[in-house]
Amino acid sequence: MTTILDSAAHAAEEAATPVARARSPRRHRLSAWHFVLMPIALLFLIPFLQMILASFSPAKELVAFPPPFVPSHFTIDGYVRLFQTTPILLWLGNSAIVSITAIVSNIVLCSLAGYGFARLKFAGRNFGFLMIIATIMIPTQLLMIPTYILFSKLGLLNGLGAAIVPWLATAFGIFLMRQFFLSLPVELEEAGMIDGCSKWQVFFRIVLPLARPALATLAIFTLLGAWNDLVWPLIAINNQDAFTVQLGIANFQGGHRTDWSLIMAGNVIATAPLIIFFLFAQRQFIATMTFSGLKG
Amino acid sequence: MADTVVTDHRGVPDAARKRRVRRVIGLKSAATGWGFVAPATIIILGLSIFPAIWAFILSFQSWDGFSQATWVGGANYAQLITDSDFWTAVWNTFGYTVLFVPASVLLGLFLAVALNRRIRLMGFYRTAIFVPFVASAASTGILSTYLFSPQFGLVNNVLRVLHLPQQGWLDDPHQAMLVIAIMSLWGSAAFTTVIYLAALQDVPSELVEAARIDGANSWQAFWRVIWPQLTPVTVFVTIWQMIEAVQLFDLVYTTTRGGPLDATTTIVYFLYQKAFSALQFGYGSAAAYVLFIVTLAITIGVVIYSRRRGMEAF
Repeated sequence: MTTILDSAAHAAEEAATPVARARSPRRHRLSAWHFVLMPIALLFLIPFLQMILASFSPAKELVAFPPPFVPSHFTIDGYVRLFQTTPILLWLGNSAIVSITAIVSNIVLCSLAGYGFARLKFAGRNFGFLMIIATIMIPTQLLMIPTYILFSKLGLLNGLGAAIVPWLATAFGIFLMRQFFLSLPVELEEAGMIDGCSKWQVFFRIVLPLARPALATLAIFTLLGAWNDLVWPLIAINNQDAFTVQLGIANFQGGHRTDWSLIMAGNVIATAPLIIFFLFAQRQFIATMTFSGLKG
Repeated sequence: MADTVVTDHRGVPDAARKRRVRRVIGLKSAATGWGFVAPATIIILGLSIFPAIWAFILSFQSWDGFSQATWVGGANYAQLITDSDFWTAVWNTFGYTVLFVPASVLLGLFLAVALNRRIRLMGFYRTAIFVPFVASAASTGILSTYLFSPQFGLVNNVLRVLHLPQQGWLDDPHQAMLVIAIMSLWGSAAFTTVIYLAALQDVPSELVEAARIDGANSWQAFWRVIWPQLTPVTVFVTIWQMIEAVQLFDLVYTTTRGGPLDATTTIVYFLYQKAFSALQFGYGSAAAYVLFIVTLAITIGVVIYSRRRGMEAF
């Protein structure tokens, strides 16, 4: 198992190295690959284009026959109806709270644990780490039923807590941070110890500031997982006021079945934060993708 | 002689003290060590190992969550074997896996080869192919429902313009799973592509150059030289995508909810319905354990197969 993850870790480093700027070695010779890549790239973008165009379309054009891909005129009626008839901003806020709490908690708890497993020597260390790695093999579906019962006994169901608690720490996060700390030169920490720092001081003053790249990967992994999670909030949250935005739009299919401009507006609002973030931090996203492969 | 006696005499308490000191240091380092790792470890093990054991016990019980649980032994598993709905779910999941896994591995390989070069617009191509990775299942589900809508979807519209027959897509029991597989590919192609891309950049360029000097064309050089180098990665992504495929749920929930005519009811969807609609927690847990064992068997199977074939993957 560790080897599988190690090879992924290695691949992550490789993929994260920036693409060398295309300097067109032979002047302006059109590569044949453009004829392959351009259609594929457009095909991959069409669903997003459709989503954005449909969200700005007049509702009745979307169910017309044949429906125009580009609307006759742009309107924000879909967004207006979305804000009037659904608590979309509340859901968006809920998702933000869940994701931010998860990210902060993962950064703190997983880097602490990752450092402990990488550098400190103590009884039970290897066994503890092995158990954590073993949990990666357990499918989440196996855990849903007991976790549901457990949360209902703890009174966590139907609140934001239900969505947050499973994301407080992740086995992946610990593994990621441990691998990173193992790759740091140990001399820095030894120098700190000689200067009289305790293990905790070494961690907070010397190691953690160096861990920014790994923490970025961890933050993006947690963001993707917590923001996009559907099945667990679906099971654990029945109360509309505690819906995450994903759960909210997934339920549109019932109530707003035919109002496609409203549905697409909701879809844009639920997806846009991550897309914008992706466009700005593409390198870190790719590193995270390679490292995790965990989606949904 | 006298000296040795003295040393021996003083050696005993010394050793005892050293042992005590070592024990204190051991306790102190254990306290520090567990101080670092305990919070995350408790949360993770508490929310995985503990529920996993609980689910195992539940799978031998009959319980609706309210009344008294009753011990039924292996009855849940026996019932699964004869439950035709379960076999439909297994069959559907198998069908999806067969559609999705080879397609996602080959598409990832192809896209990685295509993207692994320095040409203009490469930044645009990469972004376009990678960005669907951030789309959630809820979002992908909504997009699938609209794009593949038989009446006003873009896909049927294109078919009409090309004078090809209209399809039922998600409304057609024979096509619904295909649509789900296509949209899964759209969202996850980035993953296999990125992994292959990283592996391609790892292949020593001397190998390819040597093959070219020996007269291989680029097609031969790829399949005879590069492809064998990619084997560990292929094994890895195959296992990973199989595990993902066997656990398909989100997209089914956000598109067809198992229909039409149960054509897209997967194992996890079956489990979800049994546990959270019918409140059969014991029966649902048994289905979950079957899923877990299938997942393990797939992983172990692929690893053994690749070892046998002499592919040093792990």
